[in-house]
Amino acid sequence: MAEPSTKIIPLLKDELDIVIPTIRNLDFLEMWRPFFEPYHLIIVQDGDPSKTIKVPEGFDYELYNRNDINRVLGPKASCISFKDSACRCFGFLVSKKKYIFTIDDDCFVAKDPSGKYINALEQHIKNVLTPSTPFFFNTLYDPYREGADFVRGYPFSLRGGAPTAVSHGLWLNIPDYDAPTQLVKPLERNTRYVDAVLTIPKGTLFPMCGMNLAFNRELIGPAMYFGLMGDGQPIGRYDDMWAGWCTKVICDHLGLGVKTGLPYIWHSKASNPFVNLKKEYKGIFWQEELIPFFRSAVLPKECTTVQECYIELSKQVRAKLGQLDPYFNKLADAMLIWIEAWEELNPPADQPIVPAK
Amino acid sequence: MRTPPSLLSLTIDLALHNLSNISDLSPVPDHILLDLFLRTLRAGKLTEKVLKLFMATGKDEVLSLIEALNIQHIVIPVLPTTNIKDAEVDIVIGALHSDLTAFLNEWKPVFSRFHLIIVKDPDLLEELQIPEGFNLDVYTKSDIDQVAGSSTSILFSGYSCRYFGYLISRKKYIISVDDDCIPARDANGVLVDIVAQHITNLATPATPFFFNTLYDPYRKGADFVRGYPFSMRSGVECGLSCGLWLNLADYDAPTQALKPEQKNSRYVDAVLTVPAGALMPVSGINMAFNRELVGPALLPALRLAGEGKLRWETVEDIWSGMCVKVICDHLGLGVKSGLPYVWRKERGNAIESLKKEWEGVKLMEEVVPFFQSIQLQRSATTAEDCVVEMAKTVKEQLGQTDPMFARAAEAMVEWVKLWKAVQSS
Repeated sequence: MAEPSTKIIPLLKDELDIVIPTIRNLDFLEMWRPFFEPYHLIIVQDGDPSKTIKVPEGFDYELYNRNDINRVLGPKASCISFKDSACRCFGFLVSKKKYIFTIDDDCFVAKDPSGKYINALEQHIKNVLTPSTPFFFNTLYDPYREGADFVRGYPFSLRGGAPTAVSHGLWLNIPDYDAPTQLVKPLERNTRYVDAVLTIPKGTLFPMCGMNLAFNRELIGPAMYFGLMGDGQPIGRYDDMWAGWCTKVICDHLGLGVKTGLPYIWHSKASNPFVNLKKEYKGIFWQEELIPFFRSAVLPKECTTVQECYIELSKQVRAKLGQLDPYFNKLADAMLIWIEAWEELNPPADQPIVPAK
Repeated sequence: MRTPPSLLSLTIDLALHNLSNISDLSPVPDHILLDLFLRTLRAGKLTEKVLKLFMATGKDEVLSLIEALNIQHIVIPVLPTTNIKDAEVDIVIGALHSDLTAFLNEWKPVFSRFHLIIVKDPDLLEELQIPEGFNLDVYTKSDIDQVAGSSTSILFSGYSCRYFGYLISRKKYIISVDDDCIPARDANGVLVDIVAQHITNLATPATPFFFNTLYDPYRKGADFVRGYPFSMRSGVECGLSCGLWLNLADYDAPTQALKPEQKNSRYVDAVLTVPAGALMPVSGINMAFNRELVGPALLPALRLAGEGKLRWETVEDIWSGMCVKVICDHLGLGVKSGLPYVWRKERGNAIESLKKEWEGVKLMEEVVPFFQSIQLQRSATTAEDCVVEMAKTVKEQLGQTDPMFARAAEAMVEWVKLWKAVQSS
């Protein structure tokens, strides 16, 4: 258990769910106990549903295996991946909270350069509760951090910032490299602690890694669909990339911000690069088409909700990427099923459900 | 048959090879430590950082050896292993203070190998005081008048005097720093060599089309992350490198007045490419650029009516920086921001500055949307062409709203003429 140096005040205790996809075990939770215990966990158990995954004592949680996913979603369960951490988005679907923090089961508490354990969840919360600055780059990074501010030349009219939808954290030790890079540099470890949080400018795409991620579910939840990966699919390890590109395009359209940088976690497990290469293989070629697609994606101004934006995106995926591979038609279908499932499980309290266009 | 090296010897050699990755030598037994130290000396790998590492062990034998060999703590930095020849670099300093002795002496370990161009603010009356030991050229009002003509020389007063240095330089890389900054120390207490870092930034590719979440992928110990398209991994040439400031950060007068005690103590160990299409405030306090690629785009144009001799009484660099960023985006060049840091000394009273008009702050409200919307024609393929076109657009679109912009547009045109004249002479 990572003993924190100061007393922890669990912010957003009743407004945040921690979603953890797992196929192995949840031993890693022991180290996170002081930081996670006050929060509700949603465990998404991938793989064999007959296996029992033990959750350490003292945690408040709900656990879903494949049978549960099928029971909750019925035929719509087809949009949730099997044998891939992409299944985590099922947790986002069933959560009833405003904020989500998702983390992989091979991610541990990291230490900052002074040797203190890093409360990653606390930093994510700070990130999502303070504004982002997507419209103009601040050279001193996040101006809302203690000890920082907007630099000279930053227009005052932009200093209110934009609401933060996503907080993307980083990893010490095993960096999130693709298979070719892992093969060329198997021993490289990320030891550089970059003490910054920054907003990714509007109009710029980035590779969103799902292993240390938080977001405001009310602002951007429906865009956090992790696609069709794993068993029975031609591609793997692009789930979070897909979700990230869709999310960024929609955030840019709706004037929401995406932050990246702190907090760091300690990523302990290097996956097998040969296995990864097989999974990523198609993705490496396809992303050369996907990037121009997302960079040029324009959402009509009539799309004012995330769901509307996402449905529109799925149409564009079908129209423009369908010819790249029939997989993208399947994916476009799955995107629509996801939104249907989202609407069903998250009916808006005061608004009528927007009919799919 | 040669006796093969012992396991111990091989281990010490390996440690020597990986010295840069070792953060603590205290657990090493004394005799091995001594051997490692001697091999380090023989291999020519004794840098300030490595010396500190050995000294930190507190081991008597090593310390007495250091004393006996009279090894000075402040060591001239190891020559950088980039492909840049020193002769390709000019360091340009705009002198707004007459006594540059302390300033230049502080920078000696970093600057002494290079050629310096010192441009004296034409409004400064006192003679410049410059210490020995540098390879430099000094330019004063009379030089400026001679080259630019007395009507155009108005461009170069105050902080803008540095642009004269950019104009007459013949080098490929320019590094420019304000005369109230001294070298900073990094998180390990090592002196920051801003020249080496700026040169590294300019000489390695930039990645403006897709954001790498591990920042500069070309830095040692980093790379492109999963999901970064392979076709973009060779990057593009970097045109501009913007450094940062510890202690007194580059805040405007209102911010500084509101938070007089706030000092920037956060050393962010990153260089990143500012994405294409994203604009930012480029500060003239600590920056470097590839003169061959973007020289004409660094221009003295926007002068406030109440412009003063403190950075927060100016916006000339902010205007110039926007031009450079738009032009770099148009030409497919990169702009980096982050390391290196300088230590900026405190001076001036922000509240006093606030009493003057905060014109600059108001102007930004118009300037930023203008630059965000500007589109340059495809036919503009050089920095010069881009500046000419930009000047026209400034005159047409902004010139109507404030005479200051009309003057800026004129200044841009004058600057390009001057640039072309000086380059061809």
